Amino acid sequence: MKKLSILMVLVLAMTAFMAGCGGSGGDAESSESGNPVVKIGVFEPASGDNGAGGKQETLGIQYANSVCPTVEIGGTTYDVKLEIVDNESSTDKGPTAAQSLVSAGVSVVLGSYGSGVSIAASDIFGSAGIPAIGVTCTNPQVTEGNDHYFRICFLDPFQGTVLANFANDVFQAKTAYCIAKLGDDYSVGLCNYFQKAFEGLGGKVVYETFPEGNSDFASYVANAIKANADVFFAPVSIEAAALIIDQAAAQGMTMPILASDTWDSNVITGAATGKDIDIYVTTFYQEGGDPEFDAGIKAWIESDSVNLANNNGNTDLAAVTAMGYDAYFTALEAMKAAGSIDPADIMAALPGVTYEGVSGAISFNEIGDANRDVAYVKYFNSEAGAWELKGAQGI
Amino acid sequence: MDFLRDNLPYILAGISVGGQYALIAIGYTMVYGILRLINFAHGDMFMIAGLMGVYAVTWMPLYAAIPFVIVFTVILGFAIERVAYKPLRSAPRMSVMISAIGVSYLLQNAALYITGGLTKTYPNIPWISETIKVFGATTKMVTVVTPILTIVLLVILSLLIKYTKMGMAMRAVSRDFETSTLMGIKIDSVISITFIIGSFLAAIGSVLYFTNYTGVMPTAGAMPGLKAFVAAVFGGIGSIPGAVIGAFIIGLCENIIKGLGWTTFSDAFTFALLIIILIVKPTGLFGEKNIDKV
Amino acid sequence: MTKQKKWLLSCIAIAAFLAIVYVLEATIPKSSQWSMLFTVLEKGSIYALVAVSMNLVNGFTGLFSLGQAGFMLIGAYSYAIFTIPVAQRAAVYQYFDGGLIQFTLPVFVSILIAGIVAAVFAFLIGLPVLRLKSDYLAIATLGFAEIIRAIFQWNTLGPITNGSNLLRKFATYQSALFPIIACGICIAIICLLINSSYGRAFKAIREDEIAAEAMGINLFKHKQMSFVISSFFAGIGGALLAMFQTTIQASAFKAAMTYEFLLIVVIGGMGSVTGSIIASYLFIACREWWLRFLDSEAYIGDFKVPLLRAGFRNVVFAIIIMVIVLFYRQGIMGTREFSWEGLLRWFRNLPKNIKNLPNMFKRKRKKEAQINE
Repeated sequence: MKKLSILMVLVLAMTAFMAGCGGSGGDAESSESGNPVVKIGVFEPASGDNGAGGKQETLGIQYANSVCPTVEIGGTTYDVKLEIVDNESSTDKGPTAAQSLVSAGVSVVLGSYGSGVSIAASDIFGSAGIPAIGVTCTNPQVTEGNDHYFRICFLDPFQGTVLANFANDVFQAKTAYCIAKLGDDYSVGLCNYFQKAFEGLGGKVVYETFPEGNSDFASYVANAIKANADVFFAPVSIEAAALIIDQAAAQGMTMPILASDTWDSNVITGAATGKDIDIYVTTFYQEGGDPEFDAGIKAWIESDSVNLANNNGNTDLAAVTAMGYDAYFTALEAMKAAGSIDPADIMAALPGVTYEGVSGAISFNEIGDANRDVAYVKYFNSEAGAWELKGAQGI
Repeated sequence: MDFLRDNLPYILAGISVGGQYALIAIGYTMVYGILRLINFAHGDMFMIAGLMGVYAVTWMPLYAAIPFVIVFTVILGFAIERVAYKPLRSAPRMSVMISAIGVSYLLQNAALYITGGLTKTYPNIPWISETIKVFGATTKMVTVVTPILTIVLLVILSLLIKYTKMGMAMRAVSRDFETSTLMGIKIDSVISITFIIGSFLAAIGSVLYFTNYTGVMPTAGAMPGLKAFVAAVFGGIGSIPGAVIGAFIIGLCENIIKGLGWTTFSDAFTFALLIIILIVKPTGLFGEKNIDKV
Repeated sequence: MTKQKKWLLSCIAIAAFLAIVYVLEATIPKSSQWSMLFTVLEKGSIYALVAVSMNLVNGFTGLFSLGQAGFMLIGAYSYAIFTIPVAQRAAVYQYFDGGLIQFTLPVFVSILIAGIVAAVFAFLIGLPVLRLKSDYLAIATLGFAEIIRAIFQWNTLGPITNGSNLLRKFATYQSALFPIIACGICIAIICLLINSSYGRAFKAIREDEIAAEAMGINLFKHKQMSFVISSFFAGIGGALLAMFQTTIQASAFKAAMTYEFLLIVVIGGMGSVTGSIIASYLFIACREWWLRFLDSEAYIGDFKVPLLRAGFRNVVFAIIIMVIVLFYRQGIMGTREFSWEGLLRWFRNLPKNIKNLPNMFKRKRKKEAQINE
């Protein structure tokens, strides 16, 4: 009985506490500067498989917020407040995280890194009438069949085809070894598009999956070598990527590794530097594309130890960071165009929004996808430990 | 020869990962033998040891870092037993196991909080990180070192258990907990020693494992931990040679299955194998048959 | 208190609770902080159902089974596969040409099917596995859950399960009342079972297998029954969880999910249905709502509160669980159940208890000292 009493006291205390927080919520909230506040929800993973990438994407959004903390909507200056929530890279924790954004009263949502969670949370945003802007979720299903999800990146069918063409044109590849993570929408989907395109070009594909929590890639690399593959296609999360690189180097694998946007990260540079290995990736943004942005964000990352840690300890830019930066400004443009902070107005205004971002021009087609027909292909120079631009590639 | 050249990478990978599982499995099997507790936190201790390795090399030279990691892990194992398991000695077994799950949860989340979820790359350890050629297959030195080191440690451990007083006490406690208390065996110190040995081997296992598979992430201990536990059950839980043999079999099977192209089922197969063994021989390969007395 | 009066009280209480939920749902806007209350109520109810079903096997029958996530997976998938509208199938099964199944079943039928499929799997798995004892049973059921997960993700079965990809667009509910009522009915059925002669047989098996067998209880049959019924409700729980989440993916049903239910059962008290239900709501409320502020940086005036950043919530949560496990071994309810008398007694003792609250820790220590002597 005493236990129950304590429990009751705790529950009452917590509820009272939340009520206190709740009281200060709502749209009419004003900040210290006296300006009204508009909230942007950041729906990104900070833990789980995609935690590393999600944090880098969030960095871009946070930097954009520090550059431009206010927005003028319909003659009123609003302070922009970021509501950041951790979706734990998981399709079962994602919906409740999305719900907590909805309950925080956000006007628009940015994210997520990883298509699976975006699809999982899509209906929550949809039923609350809140528009969402996908930053780097490349799976077609994110925007398909709904009005509220938009995105500013290219899609997997495009990316898969680019990579398949690249394998065919540059390496004259006849056999490709594809590896995807079991139960992961992103890698399985991308492998699927790559396979279709590559087989369309007359190639042969060996497709294998690894289970979650696997860190032993020795046998996979051995399988690729045994299959006499010409390219090794691995559009997997960066956690697995680092392990694959290491194992490929250990077994002296000579075929080039092709990978997708996830690999454009300094985790990969850390793992591959000094190893005898060829890596080619497609990505959204090439460092150096906008020197002013590069310098600004590097100084900002360096100024704060937490940011530096979130960017894996150095200031090398990931493409997702640039994309996060663009997504934030796209959201501001949408608010300006809507002339209101009401989610419904922003949703109505979004299809017509255009924005000249650091990663290129952004505009949306009728599905809500970005009109992008170019991907940057980068090569990793493992001796210098840096990415080199190979060129921009379309289909 | 062609057959050997094609299949050697799988066999090498299997033996090496088997050896690393074995070092973890011994910790499981010893704790189970004495406390009848599935120490779910053991796999996460292994992960913490790996993480400590990553941080330790930034603080001190390598030759000091490895002993530091081992000492740290041993202290952690000891502390976990004292804080989370000892107060529950008289509680039902389920409570202790929940406590183990709680510790595992705490370690994983603490690691996540400290690392920020980023994969940490394990440092290169000279000599065992080097690439070598074995019968035409290229691999890391650690692949060859692991099974040898595992066998050596197994022999030393068996000798300890057979010929020292503490070993005798351990055997007595695992045979009959209550009676050995009555015989004046200091149960708490026996249990502490068990955890210390288990943590020591897990720390060595972590150095070998993460040298081979260099990414350390908060969940890195979960799967190896589970596999090692399966290996321990497979070999007959409570039996140390059983755990080692079970671990090698699991490691080999897993890689052969992957080599055959059934990659989707590489984990599932491990469990299927376990279930089949349990049904045929309910106490595992080398487990002692328990007879219930009324 | 007479039995009739208790019934009346219970009915009034339930009706009042449902009415309050209904009114709140109609009045609280989605963008309010309080809308998280419904998330907690919905997910908490579903977790309560699964926790109670797990309690049936682990707490009441004394079988140590860790297969709950696997059975939920089966339930969730069975439900989702049969309720995706035919028109949406091409979009959902985009890599598998719209999938193999081209018809849709009504929601209630599908929920039942979810339970039945899970129960059939449980029956087949139980045949070999239930012969094993305690920890061996635990690891074997855990293994089966992992095998089931791998099978559902297998690309070759893609036309049915959609392989590794999400299932979505299936029918969901509109009101929070749906999961609350559905779970309430299921839990009531489990309670009836526990109080029947079968329930007494289960408890006898828990206390002493050999004695139970000597009393003429068919061990295997009863174990199998408890296991299958528990899996049936876990399957229904899975279907409801799918409805709650609106999408479903096999990779979410890991061993970690089973551990969550195990924690709930133990926190609530092994062998107490009420305990499992209370613990479920608290567990979900803490995790999804109350502790979430720990994940983001906060300032009190100009002072930056230390430690607060992504991931801190789960560390605090883990510490809370450890404290409960270590200091409240019996859980919230022990093996007791809710009763009106108990509630009345509790209210009567409340002033005294609150007065004693500061002394509580002191007295506890004294008591422990006595035991140690």
